[in-house]
Amino acid sequence: MANWIPLWLHKLSSPPAFYRFAGVLRPWAIALALVLGFVALYGGLVLAPSDYQQGDDYRIIFIHVPCAWMSLFIYGVMGIAAFIALVWRIKLAEVVAMASAPIGAAFTFITLVTGSLWGVRMWGTWWTWDARLTSELVLLFLYLGVIALYHSFEDRRQGARTAAFLALIGIVNVPIVHFSVNWWNTLHQGSTIKLLGPSTIAPSMVWPLLTMMIATKLYYVASLCGRVRTDLLAWESGKDWVRQIAEKEVRG
Amino acid sequence: MNAASLQSFFAMGGYAVYVWPAYGVFFIVLLIDWLAPQFRRRRVLRELRARMARQGARKERTPPSPLRGEGRGEGLHLP
Repeated sequence: MANWIPLWLHKLSSPPAFYRFAGVLRPWAIALALVLGFVALYGGLVLAPSDYQQGDDYRIIFIHVPCAWMSLFIYGVMGIAAFIALVWRIKLAEVVAMASAPIGAAFTFITLVTGSLWGVRMWGTWWTWDARLTSELVLLFLYLGVIALYHSFEDRRQGARTAAFLALIGIVNVPIVHFSVNWWNTLHQGSTIKLLGPSTIAPSMVWPLLTMMIATKLYYVASLCGRVRTDLLAWESGKDWVRQIAEKEVRG
Repeated sequence: MNAASLQSFFAMGGYAVYVWPAYGVFFIVLLIDWLAPQFRRRRVLRELRARMARQGARKERTPPSPLRGEGRGEGLHLP
């Protein structure tokens, strides 16, 4: 088997190499995220028809559902990074896990708030202790717990490893959030987009939703790049490559 | 798009008070998420430059001499 892939990954995991790589990736990811995001918004807010039951209120779906997917996806990435950090003690994995937590918390917060704004007219309540809502709230608290634990240590790496442990335990909540609408009798509706079997939603509503899903994924990549770059500078601030960047930016 | 259809677009079929705040939260939260690390990055580099300047100044103030420390500002201070 060709060994250039592991070799490339090994080189990329060195902080200065990843710093440069993320610096190149970030502007492309955010530009594409913005373009796709606006296309999705136009499709969702202007082109898609009103829902026959919910009128225009359903248009919250075009941000609520992609953000909910992201809240789980980012937790998955954080969990994998946390696992790598704990097993192989790769510094970059620790940074990626810790940088993912605030982005995931942001998406979870948006999911809860937009869901609340949607529910108030459709369900007649801002909040209910329903399985889906409660498990999503637990997800937010897990993200906040990881962030708090990370910052409660003087030593960054020790904090990151301890928080990675919490992130890894908390991963049991991810399938609970996903399957809560099937396992329990919930007020929250079930999935209308299915990987297996036909989706129960009109194509004119599906494409903006899927476009927004890709846009939020790309946003996550861009935001992660920005956060990892900042964290690497802070973690390695004594090293020569960071000093060179500090000197270069004061001149430029 | 004429004025009437634009008005109906903003009205969101009577759900404007729920739809637009939802989109507002989406953009504001992500904007904060985007800007926060950039401000922090600037602060990290500013602090690092201040530290480098302090170290540089210390080296200039105290040239190596048998009476003083190894250029670290320690040892004997002469007026």
